[in-house]
Amino acid sequence: MTAVAERVSAPAWLAALRAQGAERFAATGYPTSKDEDWRFTPVAPIARAQFAPSAPATVTAAALAPFIFGQAEWPRLVFVNGRFDASLSSITALPAGMTVSSLAEALAADPSLDQHLGRHVQVDVTPFVAQNTAEFADGAVVQVAPNADLGLPVHLVYVTAPGTAGASHTRNLIVIGQSARAALIESYVTLGDGDTYLTNVVSEVVVGANAWVEHVRIQRESEQAYHVGLTHVEQARDSHYRNFTFAMGGAISRHDLHVRLNAANVEALMYGLYLGRDEQLVDNHTTIFHDHPDCRSWEVYKGVLDDKSHGVFNGKIFVTPEAQKTDAKQTNRALLLSDTAAIDTKPQLEIFADDVKCTHGATVGNLDTLMEFYFRSRGIPAEAARRHLVYAFCAEVIAEVAIEPVRRELERLVLDRVNE
Amino acid sequence: MTMLEIKNLTANAGDKEILKGISLTVNPGEVHAIMGPNGSGKSTLAQVLAGHPAYTVTGGQVLYEGEDLFELEPEERAQKGIFLAFQYPVEVPGVSNAYFLRAAYNEIRKSKGLDEVDPMDFIDLLEEKLKVVEWGPEIMQRSVNHGFSGGEKKRNEILQMAVLEPRLAILDETDSGLDIDALRIVASGVNKLRAADRSFLMVTHYQRLLNYIVPDFVHVLAGGRIVKSGGKELAHELEAKGYEWLEDLAPAGAA
Repeated sequence: MTAVAERVSAPAWLAALRAQGAERFAATGYPTSKDEDWRFTPVAPIARAQFAPSAPATVTAAALAPFIFGQAEWPRLVFVNGRFDASLSSITALPAGMTVSSLAEALAADPSLDQHLGRHVQVDVTPFVAQNTAEFADGAVVQVAPNADLGLPVHLVYVTAPGTAGASHTRNLIVIGQSARAALIESYVTLGDGDTYLTNVVSEVVVGANAWVEHVRIQRESEQAYHVGLTHVEQARDSHYRNFTFAMGGAISRHDLHVRLNAANVEALMYGLYLGRDEQLVDNHTTIFHDHPDCRSWEVYKGVLDDKSHGVFNGKIFVTPEAQKTDAKQTNRALLLSDTAAIDTKPQLEIFADDVKCTHGATVGNLDTLMEFYFRSRGIPAEAARRHLVYAFCAEVIAEVAIEPVRRELERLVLDRVNE
Repeated sequence: MTMLEIKNLTANAGDKEILKGISLTVNPGEVHAIMGPNGSGKSTLAQVLAGHPAYTVTGGQVLYEGEDLFELEPEERAQKGIFLAFQYPVEVPGVSNAYFLRAAYNEIRKSKGLDEVDPMDFIDLLEEKLKVVEWGPEIMQRSVNHGFSGGEKKRNEILQMAVLEPRLAILDETDSGLDIDALRIVASGVNKLRAADRSFLMVTHYQRLLNYIVPDFVHVLAGGRIVKSGGKELAHELEAKGYEWLEDLAPAGAA
């Protein structure tokens, strides 16, 4: 950890922030199943592994190529084992109004980062956040000027090199200015398919007033690895934020999405899709803070679980007494493809305003036999019918992604998995 | 060769016996109407022939072009030319009409040892078939039956039939819930598909459909049995007299 801290030249506020994280993590350690928020997600294997920070590594552009999609002109920041790799990145021709850099560089160059870094996510939110705050080496800083309309999304690619057996603590800061329009994609990928390592990410996303932001998170870690991430979003007045969270990797993966609707007339759309097989555990926790009146949140999470995989979904919605006219809808649906797959799903609505519309619905089921028969009655064999239906179940939520090349990539990932 | 030969067919839904001994022969090119009151078993007959999992065949035999139908999986029946137009077409959110139809079309081609068609060639084929049901291409991008009106769903079944070109088409209450315009389009779609080597089994509660699609034979089902068979004039008789008088024709012991 000291090596990391030295790499990042440390202003006093940062040293204090890191100390706070370290102190907190020393006090709590990793969560256990006694912690309500981790009841169904035993992280003991992560605690036992005692991952040291991953060693720096390099990967070739050719090795990374299968994970790059979209258009060549999309700006791209690539991180290998948690560290920025300029040679794999493409940030020379940025759209007007966008600045990007690695966090390590930004901290050296821009002492004003303390306005945001660590200001939105408190170290005590989860033990993983505390550890991340103490130990983060690098990450992406994306800033979009007020009124900028980027036209192109920025792709943040976090790759773990083959043979890695350590931890990458990554910290991202995304600040979208007032009335700007921006899109970003995070991809967490591996070049070592059976490797066991830890990725621990914290992202702070600040959405300015009247801004429009699309944010896609694609998690394709090794199926023997651990991925823990927390994304915290702060939304200012009249802003529109849409998030799509996709998870298919990790022996244990956990993502927390916290969205704070921090002013009136804010809209947040949250979509999720996760695929589990073998003994994978896929956990999504979402928390929406309706703190102000006249805000809308819309949430749809879907999961497909096969073999002995296990899904966890927890959807919290807090509506404060001031947040009148809140319109919140939460849906989560899980498709179980085997008798041994399981899901623990829990909506948690805490509503303290009286004039609101809040609904939630959870369904867990198997493939619809009538739909299967419909396919078969048209000549499509049962096995193919089931593949089509699983794909369709997923495609319905992928359709909500606004950027077409991202939608196509997600469709491809699902199709490849379904046809395996 | 005989298209379809049903011999003393009995079938259950759960523990309940619905079909109590149906015998019927359909030759190539013939249009047979199966009429009868609600609960007579006519939809069950249609669905049993297609292999619907909700029903169990308990006795009798069905030969389709000389082959034991119940030895075939539902998809094999479809590949060999049996098509059921559903009474309640199933909504499949997330699968576009174009994708679904092409998948089905290609499976049927594959079963015959033919190459699959690529999406572009399939679009050309669709363009022709859409005319059968007087539709534009927009419908192909919508999810299969998802959010379709009742009439659109029935038209979509006829479109599927036009694309898949079955040898034996079974229409289960295709007229129910249609307004007069939709009925005209659906019926004219069916009439365009009538051919010397294609047979139809039309299940309907009302005589109305038969004004548009004129059958060669009419059979009346009551209590799980065919109680009367005749030519198209039987349908008019049924319209005039209702179904009550037929109950006396049901053999002793029929429920």
